[in-house]
Amino acid sequence: MAKKHDRTLSLSRRSLLGGATALGAASVLSSAGADEVNPDNLPPNVPEWTPYLGPGVDANPYGMPSEFESHVVRRNVEWLTASAESSVNFTPLHELDGIVTPNGLCFERHHGGVPEVNPTDFRLMINGLVDRQLIFTLDDLRRFPQTNRFYFLECAANGGMEWRGAQLNGCQYTFGMVHNVQYAGVRLSDICQEVGVNPRAKWVLAEGGDSAGMTRSIPIEKILDDCIVAYAMNGEALRPEQGYPARLVVPGWEGNMWVKWVRRLEFGDMPYMAREETSKYTDLLKDGKARMFTWVMEAKSVVTSPCPEKAINNKGVQLLKGIAWSGRGKIRRVDVSLDAGRNWRTAELHGPVLDKSLVRFTMPFEWNGEEMFIQSRAIDETGYIQPTIQALQAERGVNSIYHNNAIATWMVNKDGSVDNVRLG
Amino acid sequence: MLGLAKQKKAGLLIIGFMLAQLSFSQVFAEQRPFNLGLVATAKQVAGWDIDVRPDGLGAPIGAGNAISGEEVYTDRCASCHGDFGEAVDNWPALVGGEGTLSSHDPVKTTGSYWPYASTMYDYIYRAMPFGEAQSLTHDETYQIVAYLLNMSDIIDAEYELNHSNIGKIEMPNHGGFLMPDPRPDAQPIFGNPCMKDCDVPTQIKGRARDIDVTPESES
Repeated sequence: MAKKHDRTLSLSRRSLLGGATALGAASVLSSAGADEVNPDNLPPNVPEWTPYLGPGVDANPYGMPSEFESHVVRRNVEWLTASAESSVNFTPLHELDGIVTPNGLCFERHHGGVPEVNPTDFRLMINGLVDRQLIFTLDDLRRFPQTNRFYFLECAANGGMEWRGAQLNGCQYTFGMVHNVQYAGVRLSDICQEVGVNPRAKWVLAEGGDSAGMTRSIPIEKILDDCIVAYAMNGEALRPEQGYPARLVVPGWEGNMWVKWVRRLEFGDMPYMAREETSKYTDLLKDGKARMFTWVMEAKSVVTSPCPEKAINNKGVQLLKGIAWSGRGKIRRVDVSLDAGRNWRTAELHGPVLDKSLVRFTMPFEWNGEEMFIQSRAIDETGYIQPTIQALQAERGVNSIYHNNAIATWMVNKDGSVDNVRLG
Repeated sequence: MLGLAKQKKAGLLIIGFMLAQLSFSQVFAEQRPFNLGLVATAKQVAGWDIDVRPDGLGAPIGAGNAISGEEVYTDRCASCHGDFGEAVDNWPALVGGEGTLSSHDPVKTTGSYWPYASTMYDYIYRAMPFGEAQSLTHDETYQIVAYLLNMSDIIDAEYELNHSNIGKIEMPNHGGFLMPDPRPDAQPIFGNPCMKDCDVPTQIKGRARDIDVTPESES
C-alpha cells in the first residue's frame, strides 16, 4: 500500500518519505506534505518560522498554494490516449473541501490541445436561422446583462474505466472528471434576442476555435433555458485550458457539450451529427445498438475521504467527506454505508445546496482496525436514486463507456489503507 | 414546454425593449434589445461556416474518388491510422470492426459505427490531420472520405464522391442509434431505498490494486 501511494507522489516528496513504514507513509501523505515532525518547532519551543520576517507583499503578485501542497495537482493516465493533446486529466477531489474547485485544479479534456486565443482577436459568430447574423467581440459579450451561477461540469466518460470492474485505484482517477465553479457570463437567451431566432431553428451547433474545431448540437429549448456564454470562472477570467476567453456552459449536461474557445453558434432545423455526438459520446448497449443524445448527467456521489489516496491513519473517530451532484437539479439527500450497502445512514449536507452544483456532505464514524466497505448513495430532488453498478450493467451492459454514475466501494483494510473494490 | 414558456417570455422582453427604444433609436434600421455586435458579412460567414450536415447542407463544392484518395490518405493519414485504416499504436482504427458492436470488444470505426458520411467529411476537414487543422483542400477531403468508404466496401473505387451525393451515402450502421434518451433506466428502487439489513452483494469480485494499471508516477 505504501508502494501504491508512493507512485502518485512527486519525486521530491517521495524522497522525504525515507524509510517510513506502510502505515507511516500513508499518514505522512494525508497530513498534506508534512515531513517528519521536528520537535524544535513544537511547544514549548519557538518554531523556526516565528523569529524572522517572511516575504513581503511584492513577492507574489499572483499567489500560489503553499509548497507543502505541491502534491495537490491534476494527474493523467498516460496509457489512456494516443497523445497528451487529445486527452484528459483528473481533479484531485480527495484533497478538496467545500464545493468550489480551484481554477488550477479543474480537470482538463482537450481534443486538440489548448489554443492560445488573443482576447483582442476573439470573435463569436452567430449564423444560420436568425434574423441578423452577428459577430461579437469579447467587449460586446461583457456589455450584455450578466449572470453568475455555480454549476458542476462532468465529463460523460467520468468513471468510464470502471464499467467492467474496479480498475484504477484512486478517487482522483475514477471520479475526478468533475469540477464545480462559479461562472460569469451572458445568458444565451439574451444573445438569442439580439440575433432574432427564426421559429424554424430547433438546434444550435456550438463550435470551438481549437485545433479540433469541437462541435456539438444542442436543442434550442436548452439554449433558451439556462445556457451561458461564460467569460469568467471563480471570479477571474477563464483559464486557457477551460476555454479562455469564452466557453459555453450547458448546466447539468455532459461536459463535451460545454464547447470551449467558442467561436461560432449556428442555428438550424436539424441536428448536425458531429463526430462528437455520433462516433463518440454515444452509449453502446449489449445488443450493439447505441444510445444517442444522452445529455443529462444523472445523480452521483463519491466519498472523497477516506478513499484509496486517503488512508485512515489513526484508530478512533474519523470524518467521512464526500461530494454529490445531479444534472436534474438539487441533491435532496446522501446516504452512507460502512458495510457494503447493508445498512445506511443519512449524511449531513452542507450548504449551499444549489441546482446542478456539487454539494458537500460529511459523516463522523469510528474505525478501530476492522475491514470496512464504504459507499455513498445520492438522491436528487426528482427522487432519482444513484444506482448500483449491477443495475446499470443489467440495463446497458459493460461497453457504454459513458454515463457510469454507479455507487463505488472503498474497502478499508485492517492497516487503514483503502482500496477501490468491486463487490458482486 | 420549458422552452416554449421561455420563448414566450423572451418574446415579451423583446417587445418591451422595442417599445423602450422606439422613442429614441429610430436611427437603427433593426430593432435589437442591446445593439451589440456587428452584422457578419457573407464572406465572413463563409470562412467560418465549415460544418456539413447529414443531408449534405454545407458541403463545399468539390469531388474525389478512392483511387485518387489512396495517395492523399497515404501521405496525410496513414502515419497514425495505418495504410489500411487499421491504426498505429493507440490512434483510432478507421476501417474494420463490422459485426463486433455487440461483442465483448466492440471496434467502432467509420465503417462499422459512424452513421453518416457527412460526419467524416466534416470532421476530417475541420480537425485532420491531427495538428494541421483545415489544411486539406475540399477535393482532398472528398478523396480521403471516398478512400475510407471504399475500404469499408460502402462505395466502389471509381465512385465520385462530391457535394451533391455526400448526404446520400448509406452507412451500414445508420440504423444503429436509439433516441430519445430513455433514462432514468436503472432504477430498480422506487420511493425510499432500503436503509437497514439490505440484501446486497458483498463478495469482493475484484480490486483495482490487483489490476495494477494505476499510474505509477507523475507524468
